[in-house]
Amino acid sequence: MLNLEYMWGLLPVLLRYLPLTLQMATIAMFFALVLACLLAVVRVSKVPFLNGFSLLFISFFRGTPLLVQLFLFYYGLPQLISALISITGVTAAVLGLTLHFSAYMAESIRAAIVGIDRSQTEAALSIGMTQSQLMRRIILPQATRVATPTLMNYFIDMIKATSLAFTLGVTELMGATQKEAAGSFLYLEAFLLVALIYWAIVEVLSWGQRRLEIYLNKAYQR
Amino acid sequence: MISLQGITKRFSGHTVFKDIDLSLAQGEIIVIIGPSGTGKSTLLRCINFLERPDAGRLQVGDLSVDTQHASRADILALRRRTAFVFQNYGLFANKTALENISEGMIVVDKLPKTKAHARAREILERIGLADKADAYPASLSGGQQQRVGIGRAMAANADVILFDEPTSSLDPQWVEEVLSLMKQLAVERQTMIVVTHEMQFARDVADRVVFMDEGGIVEQAPPEELFTAPKDDRTRHFLRKILAPTGQAVP
Repeated sequence: MLNLEYMWGLLPVLLRYLPLTLQMATIAMFFALVLACLLAVVRVSKVPFLNGFSLLFISFFRGTPLLVQLFLFYYGLPQLISALISITGVTAAVLGLTLHFSAYMAESIRAAIVGIDRSQTEAALSIGMTQSQLMRRIILPQATRVATPTLMNYFIDMIKATSLAFTLGVTELMGATQKEAAGSFLYLEAFLLVALIYWAIVEVLSWGQRRLEIYLNKAYQR
Repeated sequence: MISLQGITKRFSGHTVFKDIDLSLAQGEIIVIIGPSGTGKSTLLRCINFLERPDAGRLQVGDLSVDTQHASRADILALRRRTAFVFQNYGLFANKTALENISEGMIVVDKLPKTKAHARAREILERIGLADKADAYPASLSGGQQQRVGIGRAMAANADVILFDEPTSSLDPQWVEEVLSLMKQLAVERQTMIVVTHEMQFARDVADRVVFMDEGGIVEQAPPEELFTAPKDDRTRHFLRKILAPTGQAVP
């Protein structure tokens, strides 16, 4: 039988590590979004040289496992760049998550941009807007709406992926659970509890996602 | 004063039109007619640099641009002097009717937001959509959307408004309200170049009708002259084909 009392007692212990997990995810999400927008705009506008770089970047970070990338940043790169020797597990995890997810997100943002009908672009140019005004005022706000459901999915994925940071020695939600379970030998209880915590976070986010979509769709009600 | 000199456009080796000369005075209304695929729309788009001409010179007001060596600044300046009304409206889907009209004034003309909105409200009044200021394009009828499209062009305060088949994608019931708005602009002597298949509009409103065929201007004349006594065979042939089914007088 499950030791419910143990789980109940463990809950506040694990929740102390929730802020770190959420911090890593939000910081990585923020930078990944910025980077993904840049990559997407470079791809759409076919900026010379940078376009090739984007393609290579996206290809590499989509083409290799996140865990491999994390190990590469944390254990591998310091060998090459001595300044990285002092890189913390948290920094390496945030860096890895940022780069990995930005590659995926760039593709969905690019698709969203390309999906905005051409006539709006022409209309904006016809009244004398510059390319960057067109992007900022017309295209990106609409692409945001189209891309939001997918981007939220990536964010959800990212929160769960922060659990890999424990392989870099970071004591976040998963790392803390691992330690607690190793001490008590109640593996089922500990991992079941942490699963429930992740699940709850994702449910809250999904609720937020639905609200956000309703808000973003208000311009499109007939 | 607007003038096109030797405007040429090619698409991947195929010449759409060559050496087009056309000029119009301020307050003049020109309607361009002709069979589909003769480059009428492309010509219009060249004036606004939505298509880059391969040769020729464009002059709008005090601005003269050699199209082959047009800089980015030339193109922006040219676009500010020429407003465009699209067949498919091209309204910004994420912006209300009011914002569609004020957007250019805020972003391009750098007017303060309050001032731009006040002007946009005046324009909404003029196009008869004052009550739709906060409506998004998706909730407007085709006719209303196109009137907002025209309102946006009016807001640009350009030397000329270019209309690219403004009623072609409208359901028949909305055509009249758009044409009557255009007539209203004509009465106010708004300089315009209109590409359209609405022959009655051309007769009623145009100062001059230009007939284009096979990548060139075949002839141009005041409507009463061009519609009743066309000089060229191709013009006659076209008019016969397009006017006959409507029961109008055939030249």
